[in-house]
Amino acid sequence: MKKRNELLQLRVNPILCDGFGHCAELAPDLVILDEWGYPIFPDSPFSPGEKERIRSAHLAIRGCPRQALVLERLSVDTK
Amino acid sequence: MNSRILPRVLAGPGLLDRRPLTYAQHETNFASSFRTTNLLQELEKSGLTGRGGAAFPTYRKAQLIADQHSRVKYVVVNAMEGEPAAHKDHTLLATNPHLVLDGAAAMATAVGARLVSVCIPREAAATINHVERAIHERQRRSNTGPKFEVQTPPGRYVAGEESALVHWLDDNETLPQFRVVRPHVLRIGRHPVLVDNAETHAHIGLIQRYGGDWFRDLGTADATGSTLVSVSGAIRNPAVLEVALGTPLHHILETAGADTSPQAILLGGYGGTWLHGDHVNTPYDNASLAKFGASVGAGVIMVLPKQGCGITETLRITKWMANESARQCGPCAFGLPAMAEDLAHISAASRDAVAAIQRLYGRGQAIEGRGACRHPDGVVRLVRSAFEVFQPDINRHAKGQACAAAATSRYAPVPQLASESDLVWE
Repeated sequence: MKKRNELLQLRVNPILCDGFGHCAELAPDLVILDEWGYPIFPDSPFSPGEKERIRSAHLAIRGCPRQALVLERLSVDTK
Repeated sequence: MNSRILPRVLAGPGLLDRRPLTYAQHETNFASSFRTTNLLQELEKSGLTGRGGAAFPTYRKAQLIADQHSRVKYVVVNAMEGEPAAHKDHTLLATNPHLVLDGAAAMATAVGARLVSVCIPREAAATINHVERAIHERQRRSNTGPKFEVQTPPGRYVAGEESALVHWLDDNETLPQFRVVRPHVLRIGRHPVLVDNAETHAHIGLIQRYGGDWFRDLGTADATGSTLVSVSGAIRNPAVLEVALGTPLHHILETAGADTSPQAILLGGYGGTWLHGDHVNTPYDNASLAKFGASVGAGVIMVLPKQGCGITETLRITKWMANESARQCGPCAFGLPAMAEDLAHISAASRDAVAAIQRLYGRGQAIEGRGACRHPDGVVRLVRSAFEVFQPDINRHAKGQACAAAATSRYAPVPQLASESDLVWE
């Protein structure tokens, strides 16, 4: 019941991130890189129904050499 | 103490004989019969907001720490004051150190902390001396109440950021931390820490003595009380004044003895905003300044006279801010020097100026909100406001006509770098 209102958001810990750019290769649908090679997430958050995106988000998280990415749950209070 | 008379936190003979008030003088100066049993309630009534720049309600921050279940808690007095244009905390501690310590002690009792750390940059030897003396004086008088200590982190710009300060106390590194949720409870080990600016603590010291209603007698309905401002730039002697919030800006400039018809004013600090000289009649409080996208910030007022060049000043500040980055986050470590470089093209009216203007817009967008702390956001805000306020100048520079002052404008107090090799960029 509550889960339907949740959104997922990919976030980076900017202190850990060193701009390897693996995330942009593993999840090109979620991540673009700025001119210095650090990730930007243009259309985050997304709904947990989008299985394809969740799959690539997990790929990016597991592929990050600095372990700087997290998938965050945002609970939206719509009720 | 009469509630409508200024100065409040700077009251006392301190600055005249260049010596801070002793404890005995302090007790007579701020004599009061009012004693509050519930400081947090008085703080809520007073409407005091943090004077370090973010203007977060002090009451809510204190309540957050008071609600934490922990046997050990800490209170931190932030007197780091990394802004080169700001002198308010040092002036305050050189006048009324006991008032700040009073506030910190009251706050510690209210949230259940037993240790108060006063953080002063190690370069400020005089201020450290004043505070150490004051602490010694208190300890000789009584052994009750919270313990005090002085901590002396290196005086970098980001060292005054609260998470960097707590990081220093925790782990001897003045680097900001990544916080996922805000407001975030900062911790030393497992123990929650309450960080407030030194000026905020001085106001708390007064509220504890005279009550929240007394505090509201000055200021506007939304922005209550008085605040310290550091006026610099086009002024013979840079001054620290105490003003009621809501005082018209030109009145502050007049009292400080600064140029009252300036080209522009830099408000808030080096991560603040430019305000056009036409708006000097604006009341000095966040609600009125918000119309122009500005805010009171850390109480810095830097006056740029008509003969100065706003672009060059923005460039000098941006360069310095880029150099002060902790270089933890890519967008800040690379983005700020890139922005400074673009500004240098515009300031020098080089052939690349038109392209640099376009690049700056894009880079501002790309950098904003992507650091662990607000340092890069502050620089983006400064550059954006410069684009609005100095629009005609920027257009002229883009056409290759640099203004006469572009090469020589030196109003903002920016510390000299020891050598060019101190700069970050290639």
